[in-house]
Amino acid sequence: MADKNEIILELKNVTSAYGKIAALKGISLTLLKGEIVSIIGANGAGKSSTLMTICNIVRATGGDILYQGKRINNVNPDLLPGMGLCQVPEGRRIFPRLTVTENLEMGAFFRRDAAGMAEDMKRVYEFFPKLRERRRQLGGTLSGGEQQMLAIGRAIMSRPKVLLLDEPSMGLAPLIVQQIFRIIEEINSQGVTVLLVEQNANLALQCASRGYVLETGNVVMEDDADALLHNPDIRKAYLGE
Amino acid sequence: MTTQESRKRWISFGIGLIWLFIILWPLLGIKPEGLEFMPTLSLWIKLAVASVCVMLVYELNRGGVFDPIKRTGASLKDSTQRLYTATPNWLLICIALAFAIAFPAMTGRYGHDVACNVLIYICLGLGLNVVVGLAGLLDLGYIAFYGVGAYTYALLSIHYGISFWLCLPVAGALAAIAGCIIGYPTLRMRGDYLAIVTLGFGEIVRLVLNNWMDLTNGPNGLMGVKRPGLYWLDFTNGWSLEHIWLKKVWMFYYVILLIAIFTIIAVYRLNYSRIGRAWEAIREDETAAELMGVNTFLLKLLAYASGAVFAGFAGAFFAARMRFVSPESFTFLESAMVLAMVVLGGMGSIPGVMLGALALIALPEAFREFDVYRMLVFGGVMTLMMLVRPKGLCPAKRVGRRSEEAE
Repeated sequence: MADKNEIILELKNVTSAYGKIAALKGISLTLLKGEIVSIIGANGAGKSSTLMTICNIVRATGGDILYQGKRINNVNPDLLPGMGLCQVPEGRRIFPRLTVTENLEMGAFFRRDAAGMAEDMKRVYEFFPKLRERRRQLGGTLSGGEQQMLAIGRAIMSRPKVLLLDEPSMGLAPLIVQQIFRIIEEINSQGVTVLLVEQNANLALQCASRGYVLETGNVVMEDDADALLHNPDIRKAYLGE
Repeated sequence: MTTQESRKRWISFGIGLIWLFIILWPLLGIKPEGLEFMPTLSLWIKLAVASVCVMLVYELNRGGVFDPIKRTGASLKDSTQRLYTATPNWLLICIALAFAIAFPAMTGRYGHDVACNVLIYICLGLGLNVVVGLAGLLDLGYIAFYGVGAYTYALLSIHYGISFWLCLPVAGALAAIAGCIIGYPTLRMRGDYLAIVTLGFGEIVRLVLNNWMDLTNGPNGLMGVKRPGLYWLDFTNGWSLEHIWLKKVWMFYYVILLIAIFTIIAVYRLNYSRIGRAWEAIREDETAAELMGVNTFLLKLLAYASGAVFAGFAGAFFAARMRFVSPESFTFLESAMVLAMVVLGGMGSIPGVMLGALALIALPEAFREFDVYRMLVFGGVMTLMMLVRPKGLCPAKRVGRRSEEAE
């Protein structure tokens, strides 16, 4: 955890659209090195679109996306993992007919250092011992929680500086969700900056240091996670009180 | 309980028979001269008796009469399985290779002909396997590249007299370029849309071949394609290099065997390379692959191009063997046939595709004695194969390589 005030990822008034339908209507957010930032919001607020736009899967129609001070609006998505920006997409999207090991290897696709890859593979298996047991199984035969672990492990294999996580709790049992969030915190403690998109606002804000609230493609609130957790409006809208 | 179950079966069987008669009669019984019942009835009775026999066997099977026979069958299957896994892979490959080399000595001209066809389709199948089986791009116009290869050699041979061996890489390269040209605009599409567009491109290539009279001589085809030549050691007086033309079919067999072996090795290497892994990732989930750092556009184009290369080789050989090319050989039916080989054999599996090619070329030949019903039987066998082995004759095995050894 280096300099707490160094900005690693910054979005300035970013807009994007699916065809004619606007998804982001001017999102601005900053991510400081070494922190966990949560984006919360309802369905269709533009949470996943924000991540997809950062990775240029959905093209930004306006604004600037700055990563380590460099504008990455027009960088091809396949170059981003090499720069240390890796996403765990919504719904996990592991490769169902590749084995667990092969899935993990895909995470390190752009790397060519076999020794480092083997080391990282070991690290992932230490994080997720379940995956080691199933390393010869096809990804598609794993349970939902294991698939989420595999997706996170796959992203770790690229040695990211910034990890973008899209709804890691989706469709998982509460116990597994707890476990996943513990691991996210552990990954963060090893120096990886995390941008976490979640519907489960409670959990997300508990592990984050700051939070953004999205509504229909706009940032409507930005504050320390604790403050958001105790904000009566937020509690009413997103925490079910 | 069992009697009730079997009664249910017999009732639905009876309904099926009646239904069969109802659809059979309009087909056979309505004639210009009037209505007839006898031919329908006699055929129906034959079918009914046959199916009753099958039903009886089924009932006996349910009753457990065949259990001892099945047990010996299962143990036989078990022991062959064990023997198969015990034999090392290189031994199997050596046996297959020895068989392939010795094959012409065992059969006559007809056998050589069929074997040549099988090997051509093995090349085509393995090429398409790269596109469909590995990269997951459904290509229905694959035969176009085969056509490009064939016409490349035919034209270069007729107009410039360039030798087969020189033309072979040229045919491969031109097919690859054609692959890129077709691939570039189509690769933005996915799934069904891609299939339709490739189908269209395949037809475009065939229609160009059919209508560009000046270049391709249209539907009449190109005649007078030269055979491949070869330098051979001649020992008649001392020894010297002698140039000979390949005339016998078994000579062609060895040429295509060489091309096929090259194709197998190349596809194998591709399959287990970084590129092959990236293709599989694209097949599984394109967006996820992109997020993992795979340049999907370039790799999909590469899949098209490298798949086309093997079709180009096969096409050049086809032109050399037939010594004649015409657009008729490159119809959609051929594309469908090659695709069927890939699916039937097992997508993404090299031995599977080879088996598929063997099955789809050799079976119609084996069924010649069924005469006019040949294709009917062939279709039935294809359906049966897919029912019994839905993942293909020899489905792709997933083996963790690379880092697995390091564990």
